[in-house]
Amino acid sequence: MVNQENELLLTSPSEKKARFKRKRDKVIAQFIIWTILIVMYIPILVLIAYSFTTADNIGTWTGFSFDLYARLFTSKTGNEIMVALGNTLLLALASSLISVILGTTGAIGAFYSKKRTRTAIESVTQIPVVNAEIVIAMSLTVMFVFVGSYLFGGANVFSFWTLLAGHVILSLPFVYLSVKPKLQQMDPALYEAALDLGCTQRSALFKVVVPEIMPGILSGFLLSITLSLDDFIVTAFTRGSGLLSGEKTIETLSTLVQAKIKKGPIPPEMRALTTFILIAVFLIVLGITIYNNKAAKKNKVRKGRE
Amino acid sequence: MESSNTIISLVNVTKVFEDGATAVDSFNLDIKKGEFVTILGPSGCGKSTTLRMIAGFDIPTSGQILINGEEITNLPPNKRPVNTVFQRYALFPHLDVYDNVAFGLKIKKVPVKTTNKNGEEVVKMRHLSPKEIDQKVAKALAIVDMDEMEDRDVSTLSGGQQQRVAIARALVMDPEVLLLDEPLSALDHKLRLDMQVELKQMHKKLGITFIYVTHDQEEALSMSDKIVVMKRGAIQQVGTPEEIYNEPINAYVADFIGESNIYSGTMSSKLHVRFLGKTWECVDDFALNEKVDIMIRPEDVILGPEGKGVVDGVIDSKVFKGEDYSFIIKVGKAEVLCRDKKNREVGDKVSISVDPENLQIMHKEMMENQWTDCYINDKNQVVIGDDVFEADVTKLLKDGFIDDDGYLTSKAGKRYDLKDAGVIVECSFDDIIISDNLEEGITTGKIVSSVWIGDHYQDIIRTDDDEDFVVNTPYTWMENDVVSININKESLRLTLKKGLDNYAID
Repeated sequence: MVNQENELLLTSPSEKKARFKRKRDKVIAQFIIWTILIVMYIPILVLIAYSFTTADNIGTWTGFSFDLYARLFTSKTGNEIMVALGNTLLLALASSLISVILGTTGAIGAFYSKKRTRTAIESVTQIPVVNAEIVIAMSLTVMFVFVGSYLFGGANVFSFWTLLAGHVILSLPFVYLSVKPKLQQMDPALYEAALDLGCTQRSALFKVVVPEIMPGILSGFLLSITLSLDDFIVTAFTRGSGLLSGEKTIETLSTLVQAKIKKGPIPPEMRALTTFILIAVFLIVLGITIYNNKAAKKNKVRKGRE
Repeated sequence: MESSNTIISLVNVTKVFEDGATAVDSFNLDIKKGEFVTILGPSGCGKSTTLRMIAGFDIPTSGQILINGEEITNLPPNKRPVNTVFQRYALFPHLDVYDNVAFGLKIKKVPVKTTNKNGEEVVKMRHLSPKEIDQKVAKALAIVDMDEMEDRDVSTLSGGQQQRVAIARALVMDPEVLLLDEPLSALDHKLRLDMQVELKQMHKKLGITFIYVTHDQEEALSMSDKIVVMKRGAIQQVGTPEEIYNEPINAYVADFIGESNIYSGTMSSKLHVRFLGKTWECVDDFALNEKVDIMIRPEDVILGPEGKGVVDGVIDSKVFKGEDYSFIIKVGKAEVLCRDKKNREVGDKVSISVDPENLQIMHKEMMENQWTDCYINDKNQVVIGDDVFEADVTKLLKDGFIDDDGYLTSKAGKRYDLKDAGVIVECSFDDIIISDNLEEGITTGKIVSSVWIGDHYQDIIRTDDDEDFVVNTPYTWMENDVVSININKESLRLTLKKGLDNYAID
């Protein structure tokens, strides 16, 4: 009796139509996903392919070789690229670290302050996010010139440190914005529970609040790194002499490529480097995934138990 | 020594929040060592705030909190010998069951006696050793039957299991007082009943003081040694479950605890009270002609054949409850809720009587609405809070009338300017008209309480400017319903704070 009813329902015209619709929607969804993936990954694959040929212009294939990889470490351009890479990484790590510390502290401070203060801080931090980068870059330049002429007797203050400050300012609001939702999701009783169990306010913060918002802190950190790695505008406006090689003007990868393409084609060695970067990123992602899986399965060791 | 037995004292504790709302109002309570005390009341009555002040999460605006005779009013939570079980457990999600329980122990320091190099005995504080921690955690988890689960992530536990971990986490700290903030409210009914029994057993076994906050009167009755009933930040009654159930001090407590019939009546002679149109014998001695509330528990109502009791009624409805039937009996317009084992049919005529012992007579809290801080505006209207009501100011003066210029004028032609005159306004509970059509009234308010009194509800409506209007209404309104309020001009009685002569002109 029940089965009959079910069958009747399943074969009713409206049910048939619904099934067809579901199937159609699935196909469309699959199509869209694959299109997006292909569009995203084809340029990268092309780039990798052309890192194995030495032609200056992409599109001409002059035979397979590892020459570009070798040139990355031997040629003059290769050397320039490696210095720029070093600058870029140093800058990205240092600025992200500072941003994360300042941004997290700020987010926690704002979260626990009175509503009016919090709202004020929040609106202030949102402006740089939507603001055009050129405005940030210009205003930083003006400020550094001002500081140089009034505080340092007309000296040129542009250096690695101004560049670092520029990048911190660039990524700070993003750290704040990725930590804030984690604080809001957190059960406010957790902090109280930590106090209740004997924590001082500071240790409650480090033992309970920080671990709770760690995912937000990490994503803020990664976001800062990404922002800093490929930033051009702020870098171009705030850089000065370099730290690493004593060069007159610090070059990061983006400014280096920009300088090169003014005079000619993109240095072919860049193709080898980007392939390296891609592999590095892939390995990092893989490593994180493996670590996460392992951590879950890890056998727990209890101190104080034989 | 009475005081040596007291572990916690709250002395005149008051908490006013930043927005000006008073959550707890001069709260006085002594809690004895080893007692299971329940603070009971509806949401928003200040019970959780009271607990939070004992735990140290909120600091009282004024008043003192003492533990073992020492003042802890302003001490931070980590310095207090109390631990809390939170409503939503508040387990640390990044730690597993074991580490959640061990959390506090890893911070805890214990005194240890050593001799310094001068040979003097000194007390030093030291952390617990990992071995000690492990033993304590194992013991605490065993108490709550969670010893098999110590490696589990807390997010994989059911609500009941999380609650057990939360209790273990608090108990492991060896608190002198365990604070429980509605710990069972997130559990389903059956689990809640089981946990009630377990908590009670734990309390007996551990011998420490439990302070338990709940809005569930059954929970309070079945678990506590002492119940504190709260309403709007103030204690209504403190007593054993039996006292609270059998001898509620007012209609609010009677209505909140268990099922009850509440009627308003008058003391007609010594040890006699009149309500439901009849005179009943009672054992409580109240002043003659005092208006009182009478409470009868449904199980105390004795049904008999028509004409054999104090008053007759007709069975209006019946519900089978398993061990007995629940009847609603109409006596005129009033209803009597009653429990009886004998089956009767709807429409049957029965008589009702009650053992005088079981008539609980209570002082009426308030006889009518009274607003003491009102004034008259330039249109001879009265302003209560921020709301302007039409009023008949001519009643302030015999044969008075309002002249063309708007002045109150006596028959003899003497004129009074009542603008800004302070008045006390009174109005009977029956004369306030409420409606769900919000356009209809002078102002609107939210229903903050609704108590069934015999044949009508007594509702308290609070307006945005915090004025309370008490209304008798035959209709059911829900708490938090917004209604419009209207009062007829004739129903408002005005009393000038200063004599009328102060307002005379010319």
